[in-house]
Amino acid sequence: MTYILKPQLHHPNLPTNARGFTRRDYEGSVSTLCAGCGHDSISSAIIQAAFELDLPPHQIAKLSGIGCSSKTPDYFMGASHGFNTVHGRMPSVLTGANLANKDLIYLGVSGDGDSASIGLGQFAHAVRRGVNMLYIVENNGVYGLTKGQFSATSDKGSKSKKGVVNHDSGIDLVGMALQLGATYVGRSFSGDKDQLIPLIKAGLAHKGAAFIDVISPCVQFNNHVGSTKSFDYVREHNEAVNRLDMIPARSPIHVDYAPGETVMVTQHDGSVLSLHKLAELYDPSDRGQALGFLGSRQAKGEIVTGLLYVDPEAGDLHDALDTVATPLNELDGAALVPGSKALAAINAGLR
Amino acid sequence: MSVAMNPGTAKASGPVVINDFVVKFANVNGSGSASANGMFAKSILRCGVPVAARNIFPSNIQGLPTWFEVRITEAGHLGRRGGVDLMVAMNPQTWDKDVAEIEPGGFLFYDCTKPLPPSKFRDDITVLGVPLTAMCNERYQLPRERQLFKNIVYLGSLAALLGIDPKVIETILTEQFAGRQKLIDANFEALHMGVSYVHEHLSPIRLQVRKADKVGDRIYVEGNAAAALGAVYGGATVCAWYPITPSTSLAEAFTGYCEDLRTDPDGKARYAIVQAEDEIASIGIVVGAGWNGARAFTCTSGPGISLMTEFIGLSYFAEIPAVIFDVQRGGPSTGMPTRTQQADLIGSAYAGHGDTKHPMLLPADPGECFEFGALAFDLSDRLQTTIFVMLDLDIGMNEWLTKPFAWDDTRQLDRGKVMTHDELEAGADFGRYKDVDGDGIPYRTYPGVHPNKGAYFTRGTSRNPYARYSEEGAIYVDNMQRLLRKFETAKLLIPAPIRRDAKRKTTDGVIYFGSTTPSMLEALDHLEGQGRHLDALRVRGFPFCDEVYDFVAAHERVFVVEQNRDAQLRTLLVNEGEIDPGKLVPVLHYDGTPITARFIAREIGQILALGQTEAAE
Repeated sequence: MTYILKPQLHHPNLPTNARGFTRRDYEGSVSTLCAGCGHDSISSAIIQAAFELDLPPHQIAKLSGIGCSSKTPDYFMGASHGFNTVHGRMPSVLTGANLANKDLIYLGVSGDGDSASIGLGQFAHAVRRGVNMLYIVENNGVYGLTKGQFSATSDKGSKSKKGVVNHDSGIDLVGMALQLGATYVGRSFSGDKDQLIPLIKAGLAHKGAAFIDVISPCVQFNNHVGSTKSFDYVREHNEAVNRLDMIPARSPIHVDYAPGETVMVTQHDGSVLSLHKLAELYDPSDRGQALGFLGSRQAKGEIVTGLLYVDPEAGDLHDALDTVATPLNELDGAALVPGSKALAAINAGLR
Repeated sequence: MSVAMNPGTAKASGPVVINDFVVKFANVNGSGSASANGMFAKSILRCGVPVAARNIFPSNIQGLPTWFEVRITEAGHLGRRGGVDLMVAMNPQTWDKDVAEIEPGGFLFYDCTKPLPPSKFRDDITVLGVPLTAMCNERYQLPRERQLFKNIVYLGSLAALLGIDPKVIETILTEQFAGRQKLIDANFEALHMGVSYVHEHLSPIRLQVRKADKVGDRIYVEGNAAAALGAVYGGATVCAWYPITPSTSLAEAFTGYCEDLRTDPDGKARYAIVQAEDEIASIGIVVGAGWNGARAFTCTSGPGISLMTEFIGLSYFAEIPAVIFDVQRGGPSTGMPTRTQQADLIGSAYAGHGDTKHPMLLPADPGECFEFGALAFDLSDRLQTTIFVMLDLDIGMNEWLTKPFAWDDTRQLDRGKVMTHDELEAGADFGRYKDVDGDGIPYRTYPGVHPNKGAYFTRGTSRNPYARYSEEGAIYVDNMQRLLRKFETAKLLIPAPIRRDAKRKTTDGVIYFGSTTPSMLEALDHLEGQGRHLDALRVRGFPFCDEVYDFVAAHERVFVVEQNRDAQLRTLLVNEGEIDPGKLVPVLHYDGTPITARFIAREIGQILALGQTEAAE
């Protein structure tokens, strides 16, 4: 692998967002993934989401583990600090980074190998702690970099490119995230930008642990007949519960959907999620129902997508720890070092 | 009240010994004895007499043997001496072993409620029986009271036997139960039950505590608490940890100190502490926080270091500040979880796959745990790497008499080389892994520093000076050489060793470190008394400063005293300093108990004597 910088060509007519950034300002270096890789579509959706949200790129910290998906933070938001950590351990590093500076937006990018196998424990604990982040798993059901082994999210009975049948049960990270207390849970498909971009936008705006599982077919090793993560399979079995529009706090709210079909959810930061319900009885504010719905559709071989659960009033780890408003990394010696007088009192108590 | 006869009378006699003896308590853990034993040690300190107290405890919550050894030492020898002058034998399970351990002419204190056959005693010791169970059963109804007050009754009896003024213990009880008068009264009563029994049935023994003025302004504190306080003063804001003996009390102490010292008036915390799901997540959180510009640490023991190794390698290669307090215990594997060793030196110094090396600080007492605890954060920011602070169970979990904590209010936190928004704005060339100053230390930026300058991608893979991925051999080698230069720079920042020269010129030297120190110093005095002279050097950190190699070069033979099987400090000296191994004589103590002055003096004395014999022949 080599490092390829994108040519910085000047495009005077590129549209700008409210902060004056063009879409280009959210791009990174040239992707080295295979042509047609679903992960590149997700990177592109992340770029579009950040652009539409008018986020200052440098206010985002992007972290990942190891694997194809974890390489992608290099391919978007080049003006953001990024951290390609170690395999399966992105959640703990992101947790620490978040503790150090609560003011940045934390985007964790991982894969099914990184999060459902070696990193399952860290995924679980970062979610249950309510770390304020958007955690995206680019889920292709396969180990790509090591050439085609099954991952833990591969469905039981699905076939590898070599024809081997997977005999282990698949882990559904969406079900786990719901069970572990994530306060924003969605699933989408890398080939469905209309659904994915608003889901990412709302996830970035969400306060608390937001999780999106994005099915992202691997064009090299998991896009054949018999795979349940192929483009064709996902397109045919996609059961979307809703279509989401995400309206940032400062934008005027336009609702195009007919009343009765649309649920309006106002998040902590004032942004509004406009949910166009497709499955009539689906209620995204009911964690228990979400789990039940997921299970019943899974039994039919369907992949439920959309915003499955949101708690718009969720808190985060900093709330639980009751930390000061100033980011901890900005506290100076005066705020941190108690000084010689306090020490004299401590000494006196130790005699 | 039925009182059993003391089967042993004063069969052994000897000179009166004042302020220089060892008392050992043999108890069952979970019986509430720890608090009474602690008060015993503290009461002697309050008499102005130094003590060195050590808990010897099992990896268990209730029911197994535990010991508390108190050395009363007006001369100020704070290491273990070895041997016991007065055994307080409260545990039938270990009776035989405990009785056997008493020095000839020593004393055995026991609960004589149930008579024991004469075969259970020794002829050459004095037996002191107090019917503790009978006394407590008569006075108290509740089983819990009977058990707990038994400890206070024996405390009273010991005070009377050793000449400790019960008022001193009363003061300590009043402080301990401040405001709870009922509890204070009840404890006073139990204390005086013990005192009165001795006055009526026994008499003071020849081991006596006399008021002195040898404690000075020293404080009495555990190394773990001291290190935690050091972390507070070092500006640590993020602590992520996972419970493991013997480091748990460090995180707990940090929590307590932060609650007291780092809470805003509105209750908001100027710190964040996370009990993580394991040691891997703990160090991951520390690395994430360090990357993002907060001072962060974890505390653990050997098994935790093994688990953290991958992240330690990342911290080394990606150059991220982190501090790890390793409170060493007996290894390998689960080893002896509640016993002490200095056996993580090599594992920590070279933790990680590939070529890695990490600085270590080696505190010798709680005073240095505080000092190095604070220093570690300056060093980790300055060197942008993991700094180990190597405690051990002996220092970490025992209260030691140590110099009072001191802080210079003009001292500033050294955040190291951090490029600011204004410097970037002014057009400074930022290369994350560029050696601008020739000391191997590059500049870093904090995430979010500037809208379009200073961002970089952190990775554990090879990269060029501008943080861009590269597998070019020459670029990789340059970077690895720069990391070596940085390690050379570390030598200048590590606390210098402390040298103590012999009274006479000698070609023999000794190198030691950490919790071995008080026993080593006592052994040196002892050897000197025998006419055996050694220059001594206490190493306080790794990489070793030039003074350490100069010391080795200036002597023909250097003993290296340490508490592990494989002579790990010696190995590091040989490896890093290319020293002839034949010159370095290992003196090793690794049975899990703290090394004693007697052991060191005997081991070194024997080798020196052998040399003298050979010379004479």
